[in-house]
Amino acid sequence: MLVTEDSVENLVLYHSVSQFIYTEARLQDEHHYDEWEALWADDGVYWVPANGADIDPEKEMSIIYDNRSRIALRVRQLHTGRRYAQEPASSLRRTISNVEISVLDNGEIEASANALIFESNLRGEFVWAARNIYRLRREGASFKIAKKTVILANNDKALYTLAFLV
Amino acid sequence: MSANSHLDIGDRIQSNRVHGSLYHDEQIFQEELERIWFKTWVYVGHESELPNNNDFIMKSIGPQPIIMVRDKSGEIQLLQNRCPHRGNQVCVKQKGNAKLFTCPYHSWTFANSGELMGFAFPEGYEGHETADKSKLGLAKVPRVASYRGFVFGSMAEEGPSLEDHLGGAAEMLDRVCLTSPEGEIEVTAGFLQHKTRSNWKFLVENETDGYHPAFVHSSIFGVADSGIGALYSNKSTALARDYGNGHTEIDLRPEFRKADVPLQWFGTTAERLPDYVASMNAAYGEKRAREIMIDGTPHAMIYPNLFIAEIQLFVIQPVAVNETVQHVTALQFKGAPDLNRRMRQQTMGSVGPAGFLLADDSEMYERTQRGVQSKNPEWLFLGRGEQREYRDDDGFRVSHATDETPSRGIWRHYRALMEA
Repeated sequence: MLVTEDSVENLVLYHSVSQFIYTEARLQDEHHYDEWEALWADDGVYWVPANGADIDPEKEMSIIYDNRSRIALRVRQLHTGRRYAQEPASSLRRTISNVEISVLDNGEIEASANALIFESNLRGEFVWAARNIYRLRREGASFKIAKKTVILANNDKALYTLAFLV
Repeated sequence: MSANSHLDIGDRIQSNRVHGSLYHDEQIFQEELERIWFKTWVYVGHESELPNNNDFIMKSIGPQPIIMVRDKSGEIQLLQNRCPHRGNQVCVKQKGNAKLFTCPYHSWTFANSGELMGFAFPEGYEGHETADKSKLGLAKVPRVASYRGFVFGSMAEEGPSLEDHLGGAAEMLDRVCLTSPEGEIEVTAGFLQHKTRSNWKFLVENETDGYHPAFVHSSIFGVADSGIGALYSNKSTALARDYGNGHTEIDLRPEFRKADVPLQWFGTTAERLPDYVASMNAAYGEKRAREIMIDGTPHAMIYPNLFIAEIQLFVIQPVAVNETVQHVTALQFKGAPDLNRRMRQQTMGSVGPAGFLLADDSEMYERTQRGVQSKNPEWLFLGRGEQREYRDDDGFRVSHATDETPSRGIWRHYRALMEA
């Protein structure tokens, strides 16, 4: 259920979820791969669909459809220094906005936000736009990411290499 | 004949080196469209993408969109997406099912086999001498042919048959199909589209360049516990092969036969895919099934745009001299659901804009595209292994997997097409 009531409790929840998402964005922009990986739950799923937002990733191609071990593999590859598509690493700055949150029946929080990402790399300068949907699980004072879905606005078109953490 | 009639192609291609301008000269690109893309057989799509009559899917030949349709009688048609009236595109959907295409501009309506069904407000054409409906249909690609479900089109009215074009390379498509217990592949998993700011020929050459994986892909081989790296080491027994007509292969079978373990080619074991193994045994008999499951699918580049990378199908589409789109999907084998699931999982990890492998290949394409615009040296040297290349029993040129036999074969064919 979408959290809309302006209770103090809801404002605190909204604040802490937003802060968590901003932190994730900064870790991605600044290539702090290990700290970013530590945000994930053990059963985390990182999904970047292709050709729309309502495809079945078990049946159709996605740009990224990583389970937790593949997220770790992605990070390990970035650490080798020979992941040439990120060597040198893209220079990134992203803006997160339009955050909306819902509390799910199982206590998890679904948060969605717009992301506008500026990327500068050897090829040139590029802008990526997405709606991000997070499923977050409370852990102590913070959260773990159980699922992150990145719906790129142009995911039905041919895209340049997307080797940074989106 | 003027000195520039062939843009001096012959002077820019030698037996073991090619001139850098071939990758970035706009005039050369325009000439390639006419002499290669709009003339020879080009892979367009697979029959399984149109399971029902009246299904259509948007495809391409070079930069041009092509509507691939299974018409109302079940025939596959390749239609130009251009209204014969004033040029509007008659279809902007990626795929669907439609008996008719109606141009939104002036409502001319076409059957899905291309014929013009009727004019809107027909009075304006009544009695007109050249308003002949039978001549105002959607243009069709003049020649369409299929091999094992792979549909090719040629924009030339006449020329070599698809069979002649494929030549010995047809056997590679046979080998792809053998991995299905029903002898058929399916293209049902949807495509990723990955663009790269690079000339298409760098991609074609790279697909069967067995020299680069040890270096470009060392990052993922090193962390993924993958056996692929060894296949492309200098100790490998794998072979590079030039089938002629620009078709090339990295033949990994010598390595897999040496290991003699079914499904090692796919990085798995018979125990993990019991249903698949049972279906293969039932279809081919245990002995033959075992051979097929040891050999695996090929690493095959069908010139100019179909690349089978063991578990993936790529379609290479040139859109400009320095811009190319790679369309890629997981191969799916009819009657092999457990194998197919892994095919999709591995494909998603490896290819597309974020793929562990293809992102780095694309990075190399783009750096090379920028590199060849430096003036000196003017040439690319493609001589690796020339001195140890030989002919196999079928008369095809072969050499060590890391040798540049495929690139030399690709350029030999390219020169013949461009000078024809």
